[in-house]
Amino acid sequence: MLEVKNLKKHFGHIEAVKGISFTVEKGEVLGFLGPNGAGKSTTMRMITGFLPPTSGTAIVCGHDVQKDPVSAKRAMGYLPENAPAYDSMMVTDFLRFAARLRGMSGVALEDKVEATIHKCHLLKVRNQSIHTLSKGYRQRTCFAQAIIHDPPVLIMDEPTDGLDPNQKHVVRSMINDMAAEKVIIVSTHILEEVEAVCSRAVIIANGKIVTNSTPDELKSQSKNGRLDEVFRRLTLDDEDDAYKPASAGEKDAHKLSPAHKEDM
Amino acid sequence: MTSTRNTATIFCREFKSYFESPVAYVFLVVFLLLTGFMTFSVGSFFERSTADLGPFFFWHPWVYLLLVPAACMGLWAEERRTGTLELLLTMPITMTEAIIGKFLAAWAFISLAIILTFPIVVTTCHLGNPDLGVVFCGYLGSILLAGSYVATGMLTSSMTRSQVIGFVLALVLCLLMLLAGWEPVTGYFVKWAPAWVVNAVESVSFMPHYSSMQRGVIDLRDIGYYLSVIGLMLCATHVVLDNRKSA
Repeated sequence: MLEVKNLKKHFGHIEAVKGISFTVEKGEVLGFLGPNGAGKSTTMRMITGFLPPTSGTAIVCGHDVQKDPVSAKRAMGYLPENAPAYDSMMVTDFLRFAARLRGMSGVALEDKVEATIHKCHLLKVRNQSIHTLSKGYRQRTCFAQAIIHDPPVLIMDEPTDGLDPNQKHVVRSMINDMAAEKVIIVSTHILEEVEAVCSRAVIIANGKIVTNSTPDELKSQSKNGRLDEVFRRLTLDDEDDAYKPASAGEKDAHKLSPAHKEDM
Repeated sequence: MTSTRNTATIFCREFKSYFESPVAYVFLVVFLLLTGFMTFSVGSFFERSTADLGPFFFWHPWVYLLLVPAACMGLWAEERRTGTLELLLTMPITMTEAIIGKFLAAWAFISLAIILTFPIVVTTCHLGNPDLGVVFCGYLGSILLAGSYVATGMLTSSMTRSQVIGFVLALVLCLLMLLAGWEPVTGYFVKWAPAWVVNAVESVSFMPHYSSMQRGVIDLRDIGYYLSVIGLMLCATHVVLDNRKSA
């Protein structure tokens, strides 16, 4: 259903993504994990056809994103990081706009917009301008835009980032509801999310895949059965040495490095 | 078919977005006041006692210079800044559809402002007998000129995520295009360069094409000039957006 083939991206001399390949089948929810700056967003932007890769490609339901971007994009729904949306538009108008670009029209369009507003619990805010929405509603509006055409492939970049626990729960249950009949990729750095929604986890660090397995297998690799321990072991690089769980006590405090830069 | 539909969808959203914020109203009011002031006070419309719109059209290139870049600076810069570009370009549409839709929306908005100056035509008709053919031709030239400004503003807006930079670059680029045909500039070339160089410099300028249409001459070469400036700027926008490094 979705096949990512050796995607690479260079920004000038910086290699942001160094050859990533994986496949996701229908019914799977793939958790795309990694520290900030590991290349998660860049990879997703290449899969969705927003950024041209330096080399490699992605095949979405048989359509090559590089060779036939319009057909590939038609098969995908995408929720970008930070849920961008046209601030001055009303929620309903925004969804109509998305539906129209997705090829719907007339009564079918209105029905679909109605159904999506119900599904994403947007009834209360449907006539509000997007810039007046709280973060949770904004996220859901952008999420609604991604599922309005019922795409076989759904790609979400940090869908629960910055939401309160209740809103996180809503988004996760929406993902779970759709999981059976779609290919879903969710990027996150929240590990509890992996256990809550994902059937498989790909961890990337410094632009490379370091592991690709199920959450349970990952947990079994850890001494105490916790995901965060495995995550740290796999993704820490030399700069972060001081944070390494085993040796943290022996290092001097001044060796602590600043946190990674935010994703490009 | 789908292509026209997508362009139309983007056109509608963009055109409406002007009116969803105070931008459209501020712009229209300032545009009308400014053209009115230039025509009546600076251009001595009444004192000339001739029933034509010469002083009215004379100021258009200068009023546009200030206002059109302001109306276009957000076209792409704002999309880049807020991240909606990512949303737009992952929809099943082509870059060309998005560019043309946005361009036509901005051009239609400026054209609306130009058409709203119709009372001055009514006034002139009331006071005398202007040649309506010349007036029509003047409006056509003015709208085409505005189209070239819009396309230029669109190009500079696509280069940056800062609206201010987009504005300033558009202003400078439009000013260059205006001044290239100005006598002090062409005069500088006349002294030493062969005639074809002078002609070449003059012909890239907005001005000669604009003034010939103000005299009531519809020359296909003038229309072709504006359309090719627009085409060139839109292609350049396409190249810039294709080569962007990130959002």
